[in-house]
Amino acid sequence: MAQRITIALAGNPNSGKTTIFNNLTGARQHVGNWPGVTVEKKEGSLRFKDYEIKVVDLPGTYSLTVYSLDEVVARNFVVEERPDVVVDIVDASNLERNLYLTTQFMELGVRLVIALNMSDRAEESGHKIDIKKLSELLGVPVIPTIGYKNRGMDELLQAIVDVADGRSMAGKISLEYGEELEEEIRKLAQLIEKNEALARRYPAKWLALKLLEGDEEVIKTIKGEAPAITDGQVILDQLRKSSGHLKGIFDDEVETIIVDRRYGFINGIYKRAVSRPAIERLSASDKIDSIVLNRALGIPIFLFLMWLMFKFTFTLSEVPMGWVETGQEWLGDMCGSFFLEGSAFQSLVVEGIIGGVGSVITFVPIIFLLFFCMAILEDSGYMARAAFVMDRFMHKIGLHGRSFIPMILGLGCNIPGIMACRTIEQERDRLTTILVNPFMSCGARLPVYALLIGAFFPEKGGTVLYSIYILGIAMAIIMAKIFRKYLFPGPTAPFVMELPPYRMPTFKGVIIHMWERGVLYLKKAGTVILAGCVLVWFLGNFPWNPEYSKDYDRLKQEAMSDLASGLIMKEAMDETIANLENEQAREKMEKSYLGRLGRIIEPVVKPLGFDWKIGVGLFGGFIAKEIVVGTLGTLYAVGEADDGAAPLREQIQKDRWPNGKKVFTPLVAFTMMVFTLLYMPCVAAIGVIYRETNSWKGPLFAAGYTTALAWIVSFIVYQGGKLIGLG
Amino acid sequence: MKGGFMPLSMVNPGEEVTLMAIHAGYGLQSRLFSMGLSPGVKMKVVKGAPGPLVVLVRDTRLALGCGMAHKIMVS
Repeated sequence: MAQRITIALAGNPNSGKTTIFNNLTGARQHVGNWPGVTVEKKEGSLRFKDYEIKVVDLPGTYSLTVYSLDEVVARNFVVEERPDVVVDIVDASNLERNLYLTTQFMELGVRLVIALNMSDRAEESGHKIDIKKLSELLGVPVIPTIGYKNRGMDELLQAIVDVADGRSMAGKISLEYGEELEEEIRKLAQLIEKNEALARRYPAKWLALKLLEGDEEVIKTIKGEAPAITDGQVILDQLRKSSGHLKGIFDDEVETIIVDRRYGFINGIYKRAVSRPAIERLSASDKIDSIVLNRALGIPIFLFLMWLMFKFTFTLSEVPMGWVETGQEWLGDMCGSFFLEGSAFQSLVVEGIIGGVGSVITFVPIIFLLFFCMAILEDSGYMARAAFVMDRFMHKIGLHGRSFIPMILGLGCNIPGIMACRTIEQERDRLTTILVNPFMSCGARLPVYALLIGAFFPEKGGTVLYSIYILGIAMAIIMAKIFRKYLFPGPTAPFVMELPPYRMPTFKGVIIHMWERGVLYLKKAGTVILAGCVLVWFLGNFPWNPEYSKDYDRLKQEAMSDLASGLIMKEAMDETIANLENEQAREKMEKSYLGRLGRIIEPVVKPLGFDWKIGVGLFGGFIAKEIVVGTLGTLYAVGEADDGAAPLREQIQKDRWPNGKKVFTPLVAFTMMVFTLLYMPCVAAIGVIYRETNSWKGPLFAAGYTTALAWIVSFIVYQGGKLIGLG
Repeated sequence: MKGGFMPLSMVNPGEEVTLMAIHAGYGLQSRLFSMGLSPGVKMKVVKGAPGPLVVLVRDTRLALGCGMAHKIMVS
């Protein structure tokens, strides 16, 4: 009978925690969100000897004192869920600072095991660590590990189960804070113990310490309980007294004293268990940084790497994208053959599902390749530097340095762009970046631009395209400033970050990193898109048999009998039948719900210079921007818009209103591009915004304001253009 | 020893200084403490202003962005 235990992995960011988590759980892991917050939660499981071990990966934190959601999540899990063992992953080459978090776990009194990770790097840099001594002084088992080489895992697991079963030392060492502090802690702890609700949840001395430290979450909790219980206010009063008393003695904030004692404790251990190298040499990382962070070179280097990333992604994705398209055709043909030719089911499966979803699956190679490159840049340590390089510029816009990468990603696809906003710590910066990300014109909008530029701006194509992208970026900047001023006011988060030494990313690590993100795109986006495609298919294909203006079937029969009776050649018959079918498809589209919708929309889009067909085409773009060109193709009865690109271009050039005026002028075309640039991002992106903000408010607002803005700006462009005589 | 403090942003690369005080709100102060920047700690400036500052403190390199270096007083 296997014994079940739950362990939590904790540690500083960059301590190699994720690698160890991957080593332990391999494929048996599950990524989600901590309930109610947008912090990523990773869980996994493994089997070790007679134990079923559930592993919960806590967010990387520097301490358990609350600064951001990460600490709250980590702390709450340990305090409330009470895992059997907490494994603190400590970076051996950075021991002093890493032990700060360790001391806080010791304060909590949890059952602890320390994984001394990156022990090879510590050795290389000349640090010699006496593991036995370290373990003795901390009162905790210390297991050396080398995460990225997958070494030490078995020993670590053994130590974990030993501690879980009580076979190992259980942290008998505790920190000394000095007489005066201990006295006040005791006073507060006594009061806390009197309160059942608190005493049950938290260790009294720990709570007392956190109160003296000034931890906001803890104070909030007590304040929250204060009206309900009489002791709450008493505790807070004592806290004020104690703090005042200590401040008087030490002439310093209580928190500073506590921090000082912690580092003092650590220092004592460090001196006795670790020997440092004689001289601190300038490392290779420093040399690279002097170039990468250089004021003059930093930005060009960054822009070059970004360009390289996009080139790599788009070039390499062409071949797989071709495969997806071929596979889509094949699948379509094969599935189609199961159904009655011309039946609704066949159309639903082939055109609606496979065609619709397929057009989005074509983006999978790009997405995964983009994530692959991002993972390399992140795992190597460069991304941290990039965020810094762009910080000053982002600051001027009112955004955070960390907002830059998501914006760049948005130029490829808004979905990874929005997901990348996770690294932005402060909610207001994060939400702003998420909301303006759609203005970074994503790759799916390109076919629309390409079609319109090809038809109406043959000479100045490059300039026009560039102006559209610049307009998008400009809107993003303007809206970011507005949002930060009125919707999410407040100062920008200060930027301080650890610069981990550069290292070679491991293939395994990069692939896992890439897969984590890519799979989310497939899953969530896929379900939303599938539903959306079926809906658009339905609207565009029903009523299935409308009242046609001509009897197409009879006309086709006539053509065939003409061939049989020798009146016309086969080529002529083929052409006649093809034209009839195109006309029929076009009429069916006009009479479908989508067509009717188009007529209803027409008054709304007419001020922008659009006719109902453009309206319907753009409507398809709500699902996915790729559908716009396809829909236009169908409306203009060209069949597959992609291989009929020239005919579609010609068709839209020739199209006229009932009164004879041209539907598409260069002004109208440009306005349509502006509208495409700005309006609501695809359903998949909306789905991701929902996921990242954990509520429907965000995506609905994003959809609404972008579309409204698109309409307003398009209106200004079109009417303004007409006024100055461009139309 | 209250006199003779200067902001970190004015320290030249290669120099070693001692952290005296951080002029920041409670939360930020707490975060900086936990990252290794505690009062009394010795730091070495690896890369100076302009642009992000990089300091070596407790075996770790920390990059400090816009305005952060102004808030850290050293001697």
